Amino acid sequence: MPARYIEKQTLLFFSELQIIAALALKAIARIFSKPFYYREFVTQLDKIGVGSLFICSLTGLFTGMVMALQAIIQLKPFASTSYVGGMVAVTMIKELGPVLSSLMVAGRVGSAITAELGTMVVTEQVDAMRVEGTDIVKRLVTSRLKAMLIAMPLLAVVTDTVAILGGYIIASGYSISPLMYWKSLPQFMKLQDLGEALAKPVFFGFLIAMISCHVGLRVSGGAEGVGVAVKRTVVFASIFILVSDFFITKLFIAFR
Amino acid sequence: MTETSGIVMNSVSYSIGGRTILRNFDLQLMPGVNRTILGVSGVGKTTILKLILGLIRPDSGTISIDGTAISSLSESQLTLARKHIAIVFQGGALFDSMTVGENVGYRLIEEGLLPADKIEAIVKEKLGFVGLEKTIDLYPAELSGGMKKRVAIARALAADPRYIFFDEPTTGLDPIGVYNIQQLMLRLQEQGKTTLMVTHDMPTAFAVSDRFSFIHNAELVFDGVKDALESSEIPAVREFFAPGRSSLFTYIEEQVEV
Repeated sequence: MPARYIEKQTLLFFSELQIIAALALKAIARIFSKPFYYREFVTQLDKIGVGSLFICSLTGLFTGMVMALQAIIQLKPFASTSYVGGMVAVTMIKELGPVLSSLMVAGRVGSAITAELGTMVVTEQVDAMRVEGTDIVKRLVTSRLKAMLIAMPLLAVVTDTVAILGGYIIASGYSISPLMYWKSLPQFMKLQDLGEALAKPVFFGFLIAMISCHVGLRVSGGAEGVGVAVKRTVVFASIFILVSDFFITKLFIAFR
Repeated sequence: MTETSGIVMNSVSYSIGGRTILRNFDLQLMPGVNRTILGVSGVGKTTILKLILGLIRPDSGTISIDGTAISSLSESQLTLARKHIAIVFQGGALFDSMTVGENVGYRLIEEGLLPADKIEAIVKEKLGFVGLEKTIDLYPAELSGGMKKRVAIARALAADPRYIFFDEPTTGLDPIGVYNIQQLMLRLQEQGKTTLMVTHDMPTAFAVSDRFSFIHNAELVFDGVKDALESSEIPAVREFFAPGRSSLFTYIEEQVEV
């Protein structure tokens, strides 16, 4: 019985993955074809990017502060507190910045996308659009994907920057020279790391957009169905971000 | 009219989640002959509209619109086939994020064939037809249920379709709202539009339709005119018109099965 259950769930998972991949291919293929739905794109960019600025800044600020605090305590016995800035920077830029900002966006924007599309499905607005001759993938999915691909790396950069500033505030409180803090920032980093820092949020943004659109467009069962779908989006997107982060990091290390 | 004019469903079957919704279902909607599909709630009336529009695909059978078989068409090919059909959904299905004017002109904006001022003129004309010119800049959330349905009718009219489908157009409306919708449908028919309605609102059905189809247990059990429908001896039809104690128990049994 458990073996059959696992087999069924595995098949279900891969079939779902296949459908998401097909939707992603369609959405990507429509990125450069007309009509571009500028208004929809700008609206989404505003919702995803500008709307998430505060929550990402807040996440960055406190993560940077706590990172600096921990680093100072660990490094103090070795008289190496001059490396605090470098430690905060490398951790935030390579890992925590992209991951935390993506998790925030998955919770805030991914859920909103699923709820919006799900409600449109339930109230037959998606059917109405199809009858009116609209390419649903292009209008509803591609516009959100494009906005996400642009907004996500920018949000990660904001998160990293605010985190480094947060680390600086804490370092100042522990009498670490500002010059030492800022000079230590690039100490543990290579140019390639910046590429990694931008590639990760782009990929995570892609995951959030595809999962939230896919789940939203397949909502059934009225308001309750929308609620279930939102929960699924947040859970799946968060898991996929964390799992894929490991593999992307592995990939970057392999090509180092 | 050509020989292939009209919408034809031939021996269409459709099931979902192991439940048969339609079995070998036939339907003809000839231009100028307005039809209503009747049946109890949940019998699959809306499914018929969605099948004709290609929003869902039948398990078997053929559906053609003015001679074009649509069952195997791609989404982009379906867009062309749907060009002459519009639908007024049960709740209106107006786009929340757009104004009434943008909703009405949606198809024309999407097609991109007309200049903005021409589209605006058409939108105003269609809104005038349903008596809602002043709502052009409002959002759907600011409208009442009846107004939403009238805007949905205006939207359906914008692209000048040959066929207009109505999915329970009078559900949830007060008697004045119902009367308004009936009058609008009659005016559309005077303009040469062919209407296909699904409903269980008999006064409206009789007011606006020439022919009637009755579905029961996933099958078409009646197809004919008003007099034949009223005098039908088919048990399901009789029960529908004069529900009694036996029909209550049948209904409960069906609900339990579902």
